[in-house]
Amino acid sequence: MRILEAPQAHEVLELNWPLVADFLTRFIREELSWRGYEKAIVAVSGGVDSATTLALAVRALGAEKVHALFLPHKDSSPTSREHAYLVAKTFGVALEEVDITPMVEGYAALTPDLTPHRKGNVMARARMIVLFDKSEAYKALPLGTGNKTERLFGYFTWHGDDSPPINPLGDLYKTQVWRLAEYLGVPEEVVEKPPTADLIPGQTDEADLGVRYLRADVILEHYLKGYSDQYILGLGFTEEELRRVKERVNRTHWKRALPTVALLSSTAIGEFYLRPLDYR
Amino acid sequence: MVRQAVLQFRPEKARLKESLARLKAHLEALRPHAPEVVVLPEAALTGYFLQGGVRELALTRHELLELLVGVYEEVGWEGLLDVVVGFYERDGGAYYNSAAYLELPHRLVHVHRKVFLPTYGVFDEERYLARGRRVEAFNTRFGRAALLICEDFWHSITATLAALDGAEVIYVPAASPARGFRGEWPENVLRWRTLAQAVAAEHGLYVVVASLVGFEGGKGMSGGSLVVGPDGRLLAEAPLFEEAALLFHLDRERIPPVRYDSPLLSDLEAGLPLLLPDLERVLGRRDANP
Repeated sequence: MRILEAPQAHEVLELNWPLVADFLTRFIREELSWRGYEKAIVAVSGGVDSATTLALAVRALGAEKVHALFLPHKDSSPTSREHAYLVAKTFGVALEEVDITPMVEGYAALTPDLTPHRKGNVMARARMIVLFDKSEAYKALPLGTGNKTERLFGYFTWHGDDSPPINPLGDLYKTQVWRLAEYLGVPEEVVEKPPTADLIPGQTDEADLGVRYLRADVILEHYLKGYSDQYILGLGFTEEELRRVKERVNRTHWKRALPTVALLSSTAIGEFYLRPLDYR
Repeated sequence: MVRQAVLQFRPEKARLKESLARLKAHLEALRPHAPEVVVLPEAALTGYFLQGGVRELALTRHELLELLVGVYEEVGWEGLLDVVVGFYERDGGAYYNSAAYLELPHRLVHVHRKVFLPTYGVFDEERYLARGRRVEAFNTRFGRAALLICEDFWHSITATLAALDGAEVIYVPAASPARGFRGEWPENVLRWRTLAQAVAAEHGLYVVVASLVGFEGGKGMSGGSLVVGPDGRLLAEAPLFEEAALLFHLDRERIPPVRYDSPLLSDLEAGLPLLLPDLERVLGRRDANP
């Protein structure tokens, strides 16, 4: 008699990338369409998330209907510029560059105690201002580029990089974005470089977060699906990794929500008066 | 044999008039193919996620009949046309997720009110809607049919009731947001296929699933509508995510031989009464072994 033992079940992050790409291109087309837009605009940073978003937008709409912006600050890494231009060229989109240094430094000059962290947030919000103004100028809807890992970790500037009205990548973990990027033909050097918000010289995401994306994403997927701590630790993660991941998720729920409104009536918007955003 | 069409439809969200115009265009395209029954998805005239907008967009049965007769007349359809359609129903002060079987241009044959209202995860139906309380088969000019709506069909007991009530076909208007992208098809679509094939083969009847398409606030309705024959074979399957019409023939004559070779339904008729005390016991109504 053969005795067989089933392997321990675990969640898998590998997806059917052609199917995902097809779904997300339809998402972009349809979410633009009912809002009355034919064109999209993407702020391209030189990183993998915005490169993947640009690739999807071009698939969905054609390169002629996609505007790409590059919004550097004088402290931005030269590699970011090089990669932003490489990505735009790869997907056949002209890159418009707007230097945010005068905006950021104008405020910095008035704010002597501006810390690098606060200045990073100012940069993100300056980029948001430019992105939305260009959106208005070109009648092109801004596409968000945030991934699920950074959304769950609250690793973004509130009302900065999370502000675009539609986001194709927001339900894909960072490691899944890497795989989708490969499928879509994002240049290798962009996919393989260490991810960085590039708000402070030398910064990397994984140093900021204290955990590797490859490990954090697996922990997140199991945690969100209700697996016990013991089970997750049994998959080979450390208590410290698990603690960091859970703590980041649980102290940032507010950041994934609209501002809190004091409820006074039985017609409070979003509490009693409930309509979906595409109700019209 | 009855020629039928599943119309995998994308509504104009929350816009009844525009959705009806879209339906009219699709019926015009279908007219040369001469289906006698056209099956539409759940919430086909408004879109699925309406939240409190149900109050503004729900129709009475009479209003639904009137609107669809209007479309039928504008299309200039010749002869009768049977239509299955999911809609939000208003009845006095209560609102339901319903599906109707209509014989255009004359009458509304049957309305089923969804019993199992998904209220978990992305779904929030019971917050806005009342539950239906019945599952029953009904007679059409082509035989006996039943309607189940989306999650109704995910509970095997509803199809069992419909089959025991004589249904030869179960029409299932559905709205299913695509999720789970690991395999060749989204996991919800695979689940639908598995269920439809299992139910059809268990009871020896046709299962026709009409699934909504279109994005609603980031939720992409999957499509993948299905027609399954009484032996559990997949007869037709619509593509994912886009509008399509599936034409097929429903042949009632296939049902008796299939049920003869696989008499599970008659076994069920004989065996189910034996299990009723246990059903009552697990529902906590009485002790099965007094």
